Amino acid sequence: MYVAVKGGEAAIEAAHAWLAHERRGDPALPELTPEQIAGQLSLAVDRVMSEGSCHDRELAALAIRQARGDLIEAAFLLRAYRNTLPRFLAAEPLDTGAMRIRRRISATYKDLPGGQVLGPTFDYTHRLIDTAPRPAPAPPEREADGAAVPRVSAILAQEGLMAGEAPDPGGPVPDLTREPLPFPAPRALRLQALARGDEGFLLGLGYSTQRGYGNAHPFVGEIRVGDCAVAVTPPELGFEIEIGDVLVTECQMVNQFAGSATTPPQFTRGYGLAMGQAERKAMAMSLVDRALMARDLGEEVTAPAQDQEFVLLHSDNVEATGFVEHLKLPHHVDFQSELEKLRSIRARWEAERAAGDPARREAAE
Amino acid sequence: MATLARAEGETLAALLAAAPALPAWTRLRGPEAGLVMLRGRAGGDGAAFNLGEATVARCAVTMAGRIGHAWRLGRDLRAAELSAALDAALQDETLRPALEAAVIAPLAEAQRAARARTARRAAATEVRFFTLAAMR
Repeated sequence: MYVAVKGGEAAIEAAHAWLAHERRGDPALPELTPEQIAGQLSLAVDRVMSEGSCHDRELAALAIRQARGDLIEAAFLLRAYRNTLPRFLAAEPLDTGAMRIRRRISATYKDLPGGQVLGPTFDYTHRLIDTAPRPAPAPPEREADGAAVPRVSAILAQEGLMAGEAPDPGGPVPDLTREPLPFPAPRALRLQALARGDEGFLLGLGYSTQRGYGNAHPFVGEIRVGDCAVAVTPPELGFEIEIGDVLVTECQMVNQFAGSATTPPQFTRGYGLAMGQAERKAMAMSLVDRALMARDLGEEVTAPAQDQEFVLLHSDNVEATGFVEHLKLPHHVDFQSELEKLRSIRARWEAERAAGDPARREAAE
Repeated sequence: MATLARAEGETLAALLAAAPALPAWTRLRGPEAGLVMLRGRAGGDGAAFNLGEATVARCAVTMAGRIGHAWRLGRDLRAAELSAALDAALQDETLRPALEAAVIAPLAEAQRAARARTARRAAATEVRFFTLAAMR
């Protein structure tokens, strides 16, 4: 129960003035520009775009600054901004096979067409804090052969050992921002929910499947990071045009499947796709995507990561924040009623104890 | 249109300033900002799903009876309008060669060079495996 309460305006104003002051930091130092955040904290920007479910580097950088670096608050700001804009149309699905590769690795094949390309990675760094960072010279270059970089999943599919993806059924693509999530949720909605899900939540769930809660034995078939063209078909033109590029990270996680009466033993794959360079997110997403296939594959659903309602209803950090943080809003009246109820229960308990509880005496006899 | 969509707003304005002046145009729609829903495919090649939205700017103009359109990621409304005007002007065979040379060609070349540089940087990080010969 909520009751309107007046008062507190002056306190709120003062609190916000202090917040603005704290956000700004030492006024003797220059203020961070959105360009600096987009350029130097680019992975924070990627995460905010992903979880804010809106690709716009400049807006994400502004949101990070306004949120004092609180990335969930920043994602919230981006979602709120997104709600002020009309949706013109849906783009054509990204062709990640034609991605302009910055990074591409496979843990299942050492030598493969297109090679193992490390790209700008934290892997193999020493994780020692550099207290005096040196200037970063231009990275080395080597002549690129321009050869095609085929998907690893296609290599296994040639042998018939990889389950193929169900072909596109055509028709409207379900959208959880426009309609409630049904259960069991179709794969398209599961992937949409995971794509905007909290990286930490998905990471924990993905980790749980590796530790025995869901019986997964995953291999990274392929991770690729790079730019994909975004194409739309505006009705006024009637043909497809490219409107820019987005950097995305894709992960194909290969898993064994024992087979069933109708399906031969084969590999299956979990899929992860995230805006920006977001390897941990894409890997965690692919683990959870595979775990959520349990029901479709006729596997026993025993672990949290395999439970669609558990995963999909709790993965959105903006929603989760709303419900957890609403607890700090005034619940004065609610609490008064709880308090009165507890006082009366306690009084009865004290009285019965003093009199010697007849029910308990009977039970003892 | 793809080249214009990928051009930085400031670069585009600077190239246009140095190019033959565009004829006057009238706005038909926008410039306005909105969203497009980005999509992926399950497994990379399966059924489409919604990945999340992206901001987009679009504009339509009319110039001497020709209609120009522009769509570009981001919210640069000025760049969207200039691109739509250019799209209209480029349909005029008398204007096209000079504008192609002054605006489109340099943009396309810069974009090609940037792609090639990224590809060369990636190639430099490609692992070259070698096998240690066994001692006998």
